[in-house]
Amino acid sequence: MNTPHHDPDYNFGYLDEQTKRMVRRALLKAIAIPGYQVPFGSREMPLARGWGTGGIQITAALIGPADTLKVIDQGADDTTNAVSIRRFFERVSGVATTELTEDATIIQTRHRIPEKPLEAGQILVYQVPQPEPLRKLEPSEAETRKMHAWAEYGGMYVRLYEDIARYGHVATTYSYPVLVNGRYVMSPTPIPKFDNPKMDDMPALQLFGAGREKRIYAIPPYTSVKSLDFEDHPFTVQSWTEPCALCAANDSYLDEVITDDRGGRMFVCSDSSYCEDRRAKGHVGKELATAEALAYVGHVEGGSDVA
Amino acid sequence: MSLERVHDMNAEPDPILIAQKLTKLYGDRIGCRDVSFSLWPGEVLGVVGESGSGKSTLLRCLAGIDRPTGGEVMFRHADKPISLFDIPEPTRRKLMRTEWGIVHQNPRDGLRMDVSAGGNVGERLMDRGDRHYGKIRAAAIDWLTRVEIGEDRIDDRPRQFSGGMQQRLQIARVLVPEPRLVFMDEPTGGLDVSVQARLLDLLRVLVRDLGIAAVIVTHDLAVARLLTDRLMVMKDGAVVEEGLTDQVLDDPQHAYTQLLTSAVLAA
Amino acid sequence: MYVAVKGGEAAILATHDLVAEERRGDVSVPELSVAQIREQMQLAVARVMNEGSLYDEDLSALALKQAQGDMIEAAFLMRAYRTTLPRFGSSVPLDTSNMAIRRRISATYKDLPGGQVLGPTYDYTHRLFDFALMASGEAPEAQTSADRLDAAMPRVPDILGDEGLMEAELPPEGDPRPFDLTRDPIEFPADRDVRLQTLARGDEGFLLGLAYSVQRGFGGNHPFAGEIRLGEVAVEFVPEELGFAVDLGDITLTECQMVNQFQGSKDQPPQFTRGYGLSFGHAERKAMSMAILDRSLKAREFGEAADYPAQQEEFVLYHADNVEASGFVEHLKLPHYVDFQGELELLRKIRREQEERAATMKEAAE
Repeated sequence: MNTPHHDPDYNFGYLDEQTKRMVRRALLKAIAIPGYQVPFGSREMPLARGWGTGGIQITAALIGPADTLKVIDQGADDTTNAVSIRRFFERVSGVATTELTEDATIIQTRHRIPEKPLEAGQILVYQVPQPEPLRKLEPSEAETRKMHAWAEYGGMYVRLYEDIARYGHVATTYSYPVLVNGRYVMSPTPIPKFDNPKMDDMPALQLFGAGREKRIYAIPPYTSVKSLDFEDHPFTVQSWTEPCALCAANDSYLDEVITDDRGGRMFVCSDSSYCEDRRAKGHVGKELATAEALAYVGHVEGGSDVA
Repeated sequence: MSLERVHDMNAEPDPILIAQKLTKLYGDRIGCRDVSFSLWPGEVLGVVGESGSGKSTLLRCLAGIDRPTGGEVMFRHADKPISLFDIPEPTRRKLMRTEWGIVHQNPRDGLRMDVSAGGNVGERLMDRGDRHYGKIRAAAIDWLTRVEIGEDRIDDRPRQFSGGMQQRLQIARVLVPEPRLVFMDEPTGGLDVSVQARLLDLLRVLVRDLGIAAVIVTHDLAVARLLTDRLMVMKDGAVVEEGLTDQVLDDPQHAYTQLLTSAVLAA
Repeated sequence: MYVAVKGGEAAILATHDLVAEERRGDVSVPELSVAQIREQMQLAVARVMNEGSLYDEDLSALALKQAQGDMIEAAFLMRAYRTTLPRFGSSVPLDTSNMAIRRRISATYKDLPGGQVLGPTYDYTHRLFDFALMASGEAPEAQTSADRLDAAMPRVPDILGDEGLMEAELPPEGDPRPFDLTRDPIEFPADRDVRLQTLARGDEGFLLGLAYSVQRGFGGNHPFAGEIRLGEVAVEFVPEELGFAVDLGDITLTECQMVNQFQGSKDQPPQFTRGYGLSFGHAERKAMSMAILDRSLKAREFGEAADYPAQQEEFVLYHADNVEASGFVEHLKLPHYVDFQGELELLRKIRREQEERAATMKEAAE
């Protein structure tokens, strides 16, 4: 764990206390109506729109000195934007940060849910590029709000129908729409559909912030989250024929890494913390040595010295 | 034929649709004024007149697309008459999707052009909550067959269809939820004469088989004669003559109707 | 190296240093001062204040320096800084009829009370390079008329309004507090205060292109430049504890009022309709574009068909903000490899299934 110092030029958490209260009010409303998009007075942040300003504002509104923050992008703690956001919070709040999923009280994420199951008391904050799952069907916001209000979701199934008719199965691999608490169709953000089942009945609180689109939504703990499907074409997730090349996990989402320009590739956990934890516990994938030779991973000796 | 319809009306005495003094103004200009009529279940009403006579305006008000300036539209829903423009928008939208349908003159206005034929027909079923792909597809095939579109075209998109096929697809999409009332705006407009005849035949059979009530707006008296039981003749936004279709066309009373029918005879 | 996708804090910090180095350029050339930018790049400073939604010439100049002259990046710095400012209250509405005029022109009247005041403008320059600017040291002095400007400089729409020929600008019923774009999200349909605020901070290029589309025929209105005025206006504030207005200082504004035709209706005699544009500093192109779009976005109020982009408020208002737009376009630079992996797998799967089907059919045929 890393404990930096809070830059006194900025209010704790960057946002002023009035703004934090405004965000928290929107969060409370969102939690009270699971899956409903609550408009909020999204502020301009020092990070670009589309780069996580919604998630950042939620985290900023919730974080306290006793919190421990984990930030991931694509499942990894060391991707550029995750580093940038973590540095931002280190500077403006001075809270402890961690890469270990189980140590974090708040996890801000883009595009993944950690592999390790989250527990009651933890908060998962998603960055949301496009909160409206109906947007591809209907460009007008005034109209999509009506469609949600009156649960007019037939059009969503037309998309699934078209995929099955053409490919034999649904061809949506990420941002796969879900029905929350049996009422609102919601975008799970561009997480792979592999992660969708983790949202269902999750003990942790899930919060979603869309800064540019100025919407907040939420899934309270232990809430039903169902991926849209047909009775005779049930929802399925991706699977791989081989385990992680580094840690031999066969239950995680794998990223493809190109190892040379002759078609060489290996599949490795996208959740870097999960993968390191497994390697630290002695799990060895069949290409760990190759990866070390390529400096894709360093020797793991407790710490996270990823190159 | 007319006598049969009268008999049906007696069997079910409550009208499905009632227009009362329906008026629509566009600023100074009159769209339609003081139009009143009742439509009984299973009955097909034709509205004829030249372009600009107000028949399309009337249809838009009846179908809940445009709000009239005055008067009322009552629709019989769950055995109670409800006033179309007094009910909340969600209820009206739901009715529009389940209990009545609109066949547009241009099929592009009634179809999703980038969705397959099967998807277009199936959407209405998915709207009402059907969640079994196989059953939805079977229903789509059934309906495509009924409108004489081959099963092998189910995954093609409407833009790959001819104008007549697009119109038949639109009709299938409208009829699949088995509405009680259908509005048609020049359903055969813009089609070749031979294609028109086939479509008219198909419409006649479907409407009769399903016992659907319909309001058909057309400038084509031949269409009116073939499809409708009763006729209203409109001029300058008002109804100038109405009656059983055969009666109006064979023995027109109003000078304007006489002009219309003679124009047809001359042509 | 394949490790490039994995960031690493050191690499990120190094990018900051590289940017600083690039920004300074050749160190044998003297460094720009913020004061130089403020004084000599005034139009750029104005644009950054407009799109950054903050009137502060020094900060705007600093933003331009820090952003290497990238206007959108500079506006972004202003916006992010703006978030941290506490709010003391709202000023009294500005009175542009009391502007200390430096420039004032009307395209609708040859002469009018107060006259045409050309002021500083590029309108009548020939766009020929002035190579004298390559050298330096000149301190040009302009010759202006010895006559003082008229004290009365009525706004053209007010003149028309006195005759009842111009659509009145009345606050909504009850004169509610205006919407605050910096505090609340837009909701649709958007009222005029929302629209004007969004246009005021909108990207000049986007607004210009849309306004141009209206003039070329993708929109129905035919505007006349009723008046464009540039000058200084006092900002006044009423502190609660004092209860009377205190002058906080002057700001430079450009105001444009477009006069447009309107047919009238049964209950309403025909009247001209108004398009209003206001911008910080000297920014005529922006104010004019805004005025054209303000009018085109009144389509709903006037019962006009909204067939073109410039008449569709969701389209215009959602896409005018260049800080939001550039953030979202540029976010495509962020890693998307988790989602891409999903697409890759799916594509391979579909191709595999197709090949299998083809093989089965071939077998069956043989």
